[in-house]
Amino acid sequence: MTSPVPTVPSASPEPAAHLAQLNVATMLYPLDDPRMAPFVEMLDPVNAAADGAPGFVWRLVEEGTPDATGLRPAGEDVIVNLSVWESQEALWDFAYRSGHLEVMRRRRDWFARHVEAHLVLWWVPAGHVPTVAESLERLADLRAHGSSPRAFTFASAFTATEAAPHLRAAPRG
Amino acid sequence: MEDIDAIAVLQDPVRRRLYEYVAAQGREVGRNEAAEAAGVARTLAAHHLDRLTEAGLLESGSRRLTGRSGPGAGRPAKVYTRAKGERSVSLPARDYRTAAELLAEAAELAGLDTGLRAAARRRGEALRGAAAPCGGLAEVMATLAARGYEPHLEPSVEPPVEGSEGEPGGDVDAPASVIRMRNCPFHAVAERFPPLVCGMNLALLEGLLGADGSVRARMDARPGECCVVVEASKNNID
Repeated sequence: MTSPVPTVPSASPEPAAHLAQLNVATMLYPLDDPRMAPFVEMLDPVNAAADGAPGFVWRLVEEGTPDATGLRPAGEDVIVNLSVWESQEALWDFAYRSGHLEVMRRRRDWFARHVEAHLVLWWVPAGHVPTVAESLERLADLRAHGSSPRAFTFASAFTATEAAPHLRAAPRG
Repeated sequence: MEDIDAIAVLQDPVRRRLYEYVAAQGREVGRNEAAEAAGVARTLAAHHLDRLTEAGLLESGSRRLTGRSGPGAGRPAKVYTRAKGERSVSLPARDYRTAAELLAEAAELAGLDTGLRAAARRRGEALRGAAAPCGGLAEVMATLAARGYEPHLEPSVEPPVEGSEGEPGGDVDAPASVIRMRNCPFHAVAERFPPLVCGMNLALLEGLLGADGSVRARMDARPGECCVVVEASKNNID
């Protein structure tokens, strides 16, 4: 057996920007309704897959719980998902090329169709943890102005370089 | 190079064998290995592999295959993989891709997942025709290959994540295999509308393989491959 050897060891410096994502989903039934049970059952394994996914940085969880489904900052029946990734590819591969795709495939069973944008992406300085308020501002920006380096979608993405002037300064300690 | 010129490069039978061999491996292939597979001398294989690379059908790189490096490790070997880009020719000119993208965009906006999946399942059943549901993994492999999925068998190492009640030791005697697929026939639209189009693909395969047979298709997406795997049904392992 032969095994290929990596040609160049990866010694690239820490990336300066990370990709934040927020999505909002309006539930068709309360979370404890039996019709939501298949979704609820997938929460733990899918969140565990996210935590272990290549390029995962951070996700929002409610204190004392394993996820953010109890937080309802965008409406009583709206659950939010806020996370940070090293790159757009890393987020894409988790969202659509992992067990998470099955949740997405069945989304119409549990969630209302959104007329407005329900997913927003934006670049943050590496190390910055976005707040819920900040993420809702980005979603409002996308809904009001369409895709821009400040707030965009997978289909109309911007690079971290293009977004550089819009990076919120990380809090300096 | 235009698509029609690139495709014309495959008219040479040796080149075509080399291309098909490299494409089927799903990994880097060296000159010696490709020559052996195509039944030609190494120098002839090298010539044709480089022609395929110039045409943009293959990509080449160099690797030390020995696992050593530094002085004495030898020259890096040239290796080939299939190029990622799509090539197609239609005479007269047709543009089904734009049509597919527009229809998918409208279906996504209107939330037509359920209707699309039903249509895909019916199409799968129609393609199967009167044939009985696929009886085993070998038959499934042939069916999938004929539709361009590029199936390959892989040992099942981990149990399904969701919904599994856990059957500790249940499969120890016979390490089950799953069929994975290297190619997504709907790649361009699947990239733009993954849940919609991958759901359509799963329903098509469910219809094609038959719901009450000894195999079942399920979602198990991975980077760079089709989103579906096919495995022996739990209740009917030969």
